[in-house]
Amino acid sequence: MIILPSLLEVDSLTVDYQTRIGNIRAVEDVSFTMEKGEMLGLVGESGSGKSTLGLSIIRLVPYPGVIKKGHIEIDGINITSTPEEKMQSIRGKKIAYVFQDPMTSLSPVKKIGDHFDELIRTHEPETGKKEAFELAKSVLRDVGILPERINDYPHQFSGGMRQRIMIALAIVLNPEIVIADEPTTALDVIVQAKILDLLKSIRDTYEMALILITHDLSIVLERCDKILVMYAGSLVECATSKELYRNPEHPYTQRLLQSIPNIKIADQKLQAIPGSPPNLLNPPKGCRFWPRCSQAKAKCRLEKPPLVEFHPGHFVRCFKENVKP
Amino acid sequence: MPKVETRRAILSDLISRLTSLTGKGSAGWMTVFGAAIVSMIILMTVFGTWISPHNPTEINVSPPPNPSPPSAEFPLGTNLLGQDMLSRIICGGSIMIQVALFSVLFCFAIGVPIGLLASYVGGALDKGVNLIMDSFYAFPGLVLAIAIAAMMGRGVINMALSIGVVYIPSYYRIVRSQVLTIKELPYTEAARASGARGRTILLRYVLPNVLPSIVVVATVNFADAILTAAGLTFIGLGVGIDVPDWGWDLSKGRELLPSGAWWVITFPGIMIVLLALGFALIGEGLSELLNPRLEK
Repeated sequence: MIILPSLLEVDSLTVDYQTRIGNIRAVEDVSFTMEKGEMLGLVGESGSGKSTLGLSIIRLVPYPGVIKKGHIEIDGINITSTPEEKMQSIRGKKIAYVFQDPMTSLSPVKKIGDHFDELIRTHEPETGKKEAFELAKSVLRDVGILPERINDYPHQFSGGMRQRIMIALAIVLNPEIVIADEPTTALDVIVQAKILDLLKSIRDTYEMALILITHDLSIVLERCDKILVMYAGSLVECATSKELYRNPEHPYTQRLLQSIPNIKIADQKLQAIPGSPPNLLNPPKGCRFWPRCSQAKAKCRLEKPPLVEFHPGHFVRCFKENVKP
Repeated sequence: MPKVETRRAILSDLISRLTSLTGKGSAGWMTVFGAAIVSMIILMTVFGTWISPHNPTEINVSPPPNPSPPSAEFPLGTNLLGQDMLSRIICGGSIMIQVALFSVLFCFAIGVPIGLLASYVGGALDKGVNLIMDSFYAFPGLVLAIAIAAMMGRGVINMALSIGVVYIPSYYRIVRSQVLTIKELPYTEAARASGARGRTILLRYVLPNVLPSIVVVATVNFADAILTAAGLTFIGLGVGIDVPDWGWDLSKGRELLPSGAWWVITFPGIMIVLLALGFALIGEGLSELLNPRLEK
């Protein structure tokens, strides 16, 4: 059997923010792989390091962030050691990024078509302006924007439409990976569902891998193939979405699933997780989750648990006993 | 002839653009009104030599006694040298307009690139440039202009440079504050994430978003530069006596005012105020119109 190399390989990645008041370890020892055409959900609460992880993949961690350890490989290219010029030709072409706030992600003085034109001709300089516009129109049609609106300015579109345009900009060069960083947080629930379905259908037609970063477990459970759960900078659980939904193993994931309201049970009290996430300047020793964990043991306070394969393809960072079903 | 037709098309397009501006409320009217004043004064100055009734620099066109009050032959009177005031008013704007134009161009060419680069790069460069600009800003504008003009001597370019130096910091500051905001905005981050180089971001994302503010500063500065130019001429740092100039007339007329010759000082004064007002109106109007949200 030939083992094909994965499309994206993240290996023991550690990212620090070196601030004046101390070192903040935003991402600690995260490893995962991703295959072509896969849809990956990256879940975690605010400050869990999910956006930092996403930005590390395109090597745009904002100052004072530094990739401390580990490496990232895309299609055999080592992202962590590539020179900046090469990196510029990878961003947008091989990996595209969709940001959270569509209202401010487009330059207000540039027409929609000019955004496309610049992106396309930065990466493919031999393309003519006309061809670039034709390409842009066809992609706009795919995301549900009338192609004749190509000469409009960003402020003439609604939030949902602008996010569609951002998605169109991300996919126009047919990248292998699209990273969508909370693409629906600034939008209302109905538009949110439409945008997520659009992302999924785009993934299917363009056959690209998609990383969906979100704090909402329910939307990734519904749509993604594989889910990574992050807590306070570490990867606590990684499994296919079916497996994660049926057998959540990490106490944090279990509590997260319990805190999703169930439509079948009327008159229920919402289950919240007690406590709040730790201050990363001074994280708890041992397992990051122990202060909030109901199953914490003495060992959890002292040692950091390793990532253990509980079931085939289902990794959990916890000391608890692996009860095989 | 196609050439005439295209010219006509351009003209009618310009007229329709101008009239459509008036449909945008008071800001539109202000801009159109200011543009009308300025363009009329510029036209008058350009064609001055042909439309003025007398040679503006010829002395004793009116027989003594001079200065003589407004009359049928000399509608705005004459000055002490017996020169026709109407002719001097018609031709006298050219120095002021040239000085203002060159000084604004000079400020623009120096202040904007420095502001863009220093604030985009940040760090020590930004701090250093900031220090230099602030030290210029600390001087009272007119005093600094007088000092520089006195050092460099007479002439249009020298006047323009001395006024320009005074106003560079205001361009720099506007550009800097805008760049600092824009370089943190998601659309520049999005551009970076899609593989844009630093130069591309600076020229294609930051500059176009800064430009509307700079255009407004430039037009308002036009008005300031004209008043400063008048001030320089008034204290004798302008161009020589052989060129008709409102500032010069203002300066000479001041000495005649006690004898009751109000016409020598009033009309050049009105012209300077009108020209400055025209530019100020354009500036104020544009600052509202250039907000892209007003676009239909």
